[in-house]
Amino acid sequence: MATESAGPLGREELIEAYRVMRTIRAFEERVHTEFGTGELPGAVHLYAGQEAVAAGVCGALTEGDYIASTHRGHGHAIAKGCDINAMMRELYGKAGGSCNGKGGSMHIADFERGMLGANGVAAGGAPLACGSALTAKVLERPHVSVAFVGDGAANQGSFAESLNLATVWQLPVVFVVEDNGYAQATGTRYHLRGLDVARRAEAYGMPAVVVDGTDYFAVRAAADEAVKRARDGGGPSLIECQAGRFFGHMEGFDQQGYRGEGEVERLRADADCLVRFAAASALSTEQLAEVDVTVDAAVEVAVADAKAAPVPELSELLTDVYVSY
Amino acid sequence: MTQSPRVLSYLDALNEALALEMAADPSVVVFGEDNVGGHGCDGTMGHAWGPTRGLHNQFPKQIFDAPITEAAFVGAAVGAAATGLRPVADLLFVDFAGVCFDQILNQAAKLRYMVGGKAKVPMVLRAMWGTGMRRGAQHSQALYSLFTHIPGLKVVAPSNPVDAKGLLASAIQDDDPVIFFEHKLLYFGSRGVVPEERYTIPIGEAKVVREGGDVTIVAVGRMVNEALGAAEKLAAEGIQAEVIDPRTLSPFDFDTVYASVEKTSRLVVVDESSPRCSIATDIAGTVAENRFASLSAAVRTVTGPHAPVPFSPVLEDAFAPNADKIVDAVRSTLPSSVISKAS
Repeated sequence: MATESAGPLGREELIEAYRVMRTIRAFEERVHTEFGTGELPGAVHLYAGQEAVAAGVCGALTEGDYIASTHRGHGHAIAKGCDINAMMRELYGKAGGSCNGKGGSMHIADFERGMLGANGVAAGGAPLACGSALTAKVLERPHVSVAFVGDGAANQGSFAESLNLATVWQLPVVFVVEDNGYAQATGTRYHLRGLDVARRAEAYGMPAVVVDGTDYFAVRAAADEAVKRARDGGGPSLIECQAGRFFGHMEGFDQQGYRGEGEVERLRADADCLVRFAAASALSTEQLAEVDVTVDAAVEVAVADAKAAPVPELSELLTDVYVSY
Repeated sequence: MTQSPRVLSYLDALNEALALEMAADPSVVVFGEDNVGGHGCDGTMGHAWGPTRGLHNQFPKQIFDAPITEAAFVGAAVGAAATGLRPVADLLFVDFAGVCFDQILNQAAKLRYMVGGKAKVPMVLRAMWGTGMRRGAQHSQALYSLFTHIPGLKVVAPSNPVDAKGLLASAIQDDDPVIFFEHKLLYFGSRGVVPEERYTIPIGEAKVVREGGDVTIVAVGRMVNEALGAAEKLAAEGIQAEVIDPRTLSPFDFDTVYASVEKTSRLVVVDESSPRCSIATDIAGTVAENRFASLSAAVRTVTGPHAPVPFSPVLEDAFAPNADKIVDAVRSTLPSSVISKAS
């Protein structure tokens, strides 16, 4: 486990990292509250607790790099620079949403920011990231692709196949496995037999590390190394990040009876990546508070804007099925 | 297009289309198992046997072999297409869609719609299909109806070399995902005059391959030749069949079929796949719904049975439609006076 240390990051970068994580937290806590009112439609999977993974990995990326996300994708989208107003509108199924209301929480995407989309299918993003990495390789662009998958998705055949394809084609791709302890309600102790996914990557000849996913600096260091390897032509890597989720699998559905007594409370008390970051980053209380105020206001605006936004035109039902047909 | 006396096989026509499109656009990339046929035991490249044979010599940076990882490389085609390439992925047999169906059904077909039109997926998935090669139940299916059912996909199934070349070019240049069906029995069995230059045949345009006023026969892929054989037999009896090759199954050129049925008032649909929820029932049902008044007899379909494709040659031959079965179906649409007059 890497030592918790601010390392070489400058003040601006530290503030940005905190802003990203704090935005994800505020966004998700607020969505949780709003979902409870019954006003938010659909299936929503919250990322709270895992913020350091999205922020640490995306912090190592440039604007032209790509990420392919998961069903639990809000954090990745925010960390890659997606607009939270458009995201919130998307969650409400409103016009002006990231996907004009046609995707919802599980399909938020912003191609201009290299966010290839959340994905409703476990490990759905892994082959897609191989594809965007192939584009970079064939067109000789300096872009790296990241595939986020959960611990459950690590058991998918398409994930195993993607590891193989990425090594055979030596693609500039980084696989980030977010082990939050559960595939829906099934614990990793059962579905991974408690073993690290990193060992599977090693079997394909791919460098792989396991890091504490609540330690921004550990995630960031591993991501910097893997991204540099990919960008320098060194091929794919895998980073396994362990960080528990604060909420259930899905809002309004999961009573979390499978979790241990006091487990979530302990996570919030002892493994809150924001708390750990604040303690390790040497940013002042004032600097952190300034970010808090700005972020909370921005989320407030996003919710108000989404609630007031118009619904999509009914004609949207039949647009964008094809480019031409 | 200028006529050239040069005759090509269906397989070579596909090869030529791939070469011309790769030459014209460096973002066109071609991959699949043994597309190069690289790194055999002697370390040399180029053991491909299919339509990609030899292309690696001319386009070493645009064609590569894939490991047997259909889910990964078909999904990678989607991701590559959405970020600037025009991939042509090779499934080999369409039956293998079973191991990567999510990539086709949930990723390729839906990406553009799910993201509100902010992405496009200009990819082609090539796939061999059809009966007649004694390949058994897992290598002989005609699964185009599965893909035609899915919004977001285009489905093309050419029946001859000149259409194969022009439609593959169109599929590669198209901005939507296209499933391109290549009938394996046509690879070497279908030969024809093919222009040497680069050309396209529009996706979504059927072709009337034989004109006639008594009955309309719509046939797909290899069945076009069987339908033409049936039309010759019927002509000997004084019955003139109009044969339509849809060429594209999604989108489908219903207007050409409607115009023909308005003229002939009778329709027989020939489809090599099993009958339920098939292209045959789709065409039959749509025509019945929209041109009922033009029909003077019930629409007939000639299809394989509701069974897997068998191996034994005698059984496989019994599975597939043929000219005689088509003739019987046409006769069943005609008044008995016409049939007795003919015989």
